[in-house]
Amino acid sequence: METSRFIVSTSPHIRDPITTRKIMCQVIAALAPVTLYSVVIHGIHALYVIASSIAGAMLGELGVQKARRLPVTIDDCSALLTGLLLALTLPPRVPWWIALVAGMVATVLGKQVFGGLGHNLFNPALVGRAVAFVSWAAYMTAGYVKSASIGIAGTAAHRAIEKAVDVAGGATPLAAMKIVYDPSLSPVGPSGVPRGIQASSYYKPLLLANPWGCLGEVSALLLILGGVYLVATRVIDWRIPVIYLGTVAVLTALTGRDPLFYTLAGGLLLGAFFMATDYTTSPLAPRGKVVYALGLGLVTWLLRFWSNNPEGVMFAILFMNGLVPIIDRYIMPRTSGTAPRAKAAGGPCCATSSTWACAPSWSARWRRRGWA
Amino acid sequence: MGITAGIRTRWGKRVKGGVHPPESKHLTADKPIVRMEAPELVTIPLRQHVGAPCSPRVKRGDRVLVGTLIGDSEAFVSAPVHSSVSGTVRGIAPHPHPAGGESPAVTIENDGLYERDPSLRPLEWRDMEPDEIRRAVRAAGMVGLGGAAFPTHVKLAPPKEFPIDTVILNGAECEPFLTADYRLMLEHPEDVVEGLRIIMSAVGAHRAIIAVEDNKPLAVKKLAEVVRDPSIELRTLKTRYPQGAEKVLITNLLGREVPSGGLPMHVGVVVNNVGTARAIAQYFRTGLPLVERVVTVTGSVIREPSNLLVPLGSSFAAAVEACGGFSASPAKVIMGGPMMGLAQYTLEVPVVKGTSGILALSDREAAYEVPREPVCIRCGRCVEACPMNLIPTYLAAFSHREKWDQVRRLNINDCIECGCCTYTCPTRNPIVQLIKVGKAELARLKTLQEQRAREREEAMEQGGRDGDL
Repeated sequence: METSRFIVSTSPHIRDPITTRKIMCQVIAALAPVTLYSVVIHGIHALYVIASSIAGAMLGELGVQKARRLPVTIDDCSALLTGLLLALTLPPRVPWWIALVAGMVATVLGKQVFGGLGHNLFNPALVGRAVAFVSWAAYMTAGYVKSASIGIAGTAAHRAIEKAVDVAGGATPLAAMKIVYDPSLSPVGPSGVPRGIQASSYYKPLLLANPWGCLGEVSALLLILGGVYLVATRVIDWRIPVIYLGTVAVLTALTGRDPLFYTLAGGLLLGAFFMATDYTTSPLAPRGKVVYALGLGLVTWLLRFWSNNPEGVMFAILFMNGLVPIIDRYIMPRTSGTAPRAKAAGGPCCATSSTWACAPSWSARWRRRGWA
Repeated sequence: MGITAGIRTRWGKRVKGGVHPPESKHLTADKPIVRMEAPELVTIPLRQHVGAPCSPRVKRGDRVLVGTLIGDSEAFVSAPVHSSVSGTVRGIAPHPHPAGGESPAVTIENDGLYERDPSLRPLEWRDMEPDEIRRAVRAAGMVGLGGAAFPTHVKLAPPKEFPIDTVILNGAECEPFLTADYRLMLEHPEDVVEGLRIIMSAVGAHRAIIAVEDNKPLAVKKLAEVVRDPSIELRTLKTRYPQGAEKVLITNLLGREVPSGGLPMHVGVVVNNVGTARAIAQYFRTGLPLVERVVTVTGSVIREPSNLLVPLGSSFAAAVEACGGFSASPAKVIMGGPMMGLAQYTLEVPVVKGTSGILALSDREAAYEVPREPVCIRCGRCVEACPMNLIPTYLAAFSHREKWDQVRRLNINDCIECGCCTYTCPTRNPIVQLIKVGKAELARLKTLQEQRAREREEAMEQGGRDGDL
């Protein structure tokens, strides 16, 4: 019998055409409108920020992979997406070199040191932003967030807000409201509090054209459309954004503040749809996602109303990212046909996130290279 | 009789899991079953079922007829093998088997007369005791024709402590490409229902469900015309792979979960394939044992994809030839469907009782990539798709890292190997492949452990005796 040249492999013999690259590109597509619009609103400098951030992220990934002689996976678009997400969390007038450094930090410290795609514990874009936020605090806030508005110039709402914001020292809507509610926290002191400014007067600019805040905050409407597209195409699970936003809205209402304003303002929509839903840094199981999203809402609410900063989305997501291995450890689906699992049976608490699952491979690699 | 739609459990809870690959059934769905002429030589393996292989009951030079017993075994979990043609036994030798490796097989030279064994008589099952029905079903060499090839008489003989209240007839045919069961339901609905009644009578069940996916409305209509018995319910299921997997089917139809490591009978259910039911009915009507089956020969490189009635032991090559041969050279030939089928290295393998389809894929369709190092982006698609509620990606990662205690903790042995996780994985991880490795390794470790324990015991005994001296 002559030997044939048939391919022999185990089942399944067909694959869904979905790939990592396609997923990343879909997220980028969902962010494209808001990205373009931010350039329209904030001018050409926004484009420099976005370009440097993406360049930094891609250079960081490329550099580490080259240095470690690993296959270069720059073409999976994940570094591109990280850079873009990071840019959307930066103020419009931030110097380009901060964006570049933050981008490199995002992929190098946020991702590659953990072992690259799929192994990082924290959202890389937010790691980059957190580092920039604590390293160049002055550049990341205050005067660097406000830019010349073109979208709503001349309207009554604009004038009212402009007035209030001037009083509040060029603050973002969230910062302005912070001053309204917590006069003691105001940098300009209780005397500078803009009395009479209503959260509801911010609705329209927040939805359609918001000149105060980070690049990704220019239009809540475009963010929601992008998020709905991702949920509809099943790229992201609906649970995280819906429960996260819902928790924040409910807790805000219970605190006696305007839930709609606090949902639309700040980085919440960008965080809920695009950051908290990052596959690698969110729980695997549907029930785990629910717990994670509830935690996100709670921490965001705590940080917004009881910390010095007006916004808490970034640290809320980073904090909950850190809890994901524990959530994944204790909240797993019950295998069909087995009794409900009594208190995570077996072994010591390790090896639930893929970071830990792959720890043996690191140690093996280190041993091979004589590092351990 | 009632037609209930959806894949809701009894409590209306939607069952999760599964994937929906392109159905690709249009190639053969409208092709009536045609009988295929047996080739000059048929090679009938003595192992065509789960369980003990048969030993030959004929020798070189013997003349055999259609339905003559050529192999049998004393074991309970086994099924006899019969000749599918009349002719002369040319030899008994190992032959490549479509389920992998080689198996002793009886080669028969076909004389083209198809003379039937005169000892074969129709049977009236209504006059028979359940035990007699089971014996008859065993004598006919019946096995599950859905692909698993588990001896049917074993399924029909549940122990007393597990009374069967429901028989499920599986007409889901959720594998893409395959249409053999569909054509059977369309062309022989009476036989399917008759076979179901025989099964019900054998296990003493008073209720039955025929489950068909909602992409086969014509089959549902045909069956509805012949089901008059109020104890038989016809149910449509949402088209979703692996709807036809035994455990999934039971959960979706009855809301019962087969316990981990258990069998359907542990929840009072017996599941049989519609093809098996039809074959049983045919056997009782004609007395002819299981010597032929419907095989869907399909794929983009088959010139005339068809549903063939193939005499068992005909080579894949002969079956493909009967469909006009290949229009382009195939890159991969699979026994069964694309999700769980077995890739073949040669077309010399014979069609066996478990061959539900022969699928030939082109270069483009068969192209696949496996990452050098499995990378998981934790997208959760495999978790979402797993019908058994496992965490496939962890099972694969732990298998890859050889952490056997962890794979056991995550219930690796509950995996039904449907391949949904692997189908849906965006990073192309060989998830189900790694799980199979893990399962095999666990089984190996278990035997090793038992062996060590035995040796230790023996050594202790030895030591004790030495101590006495």
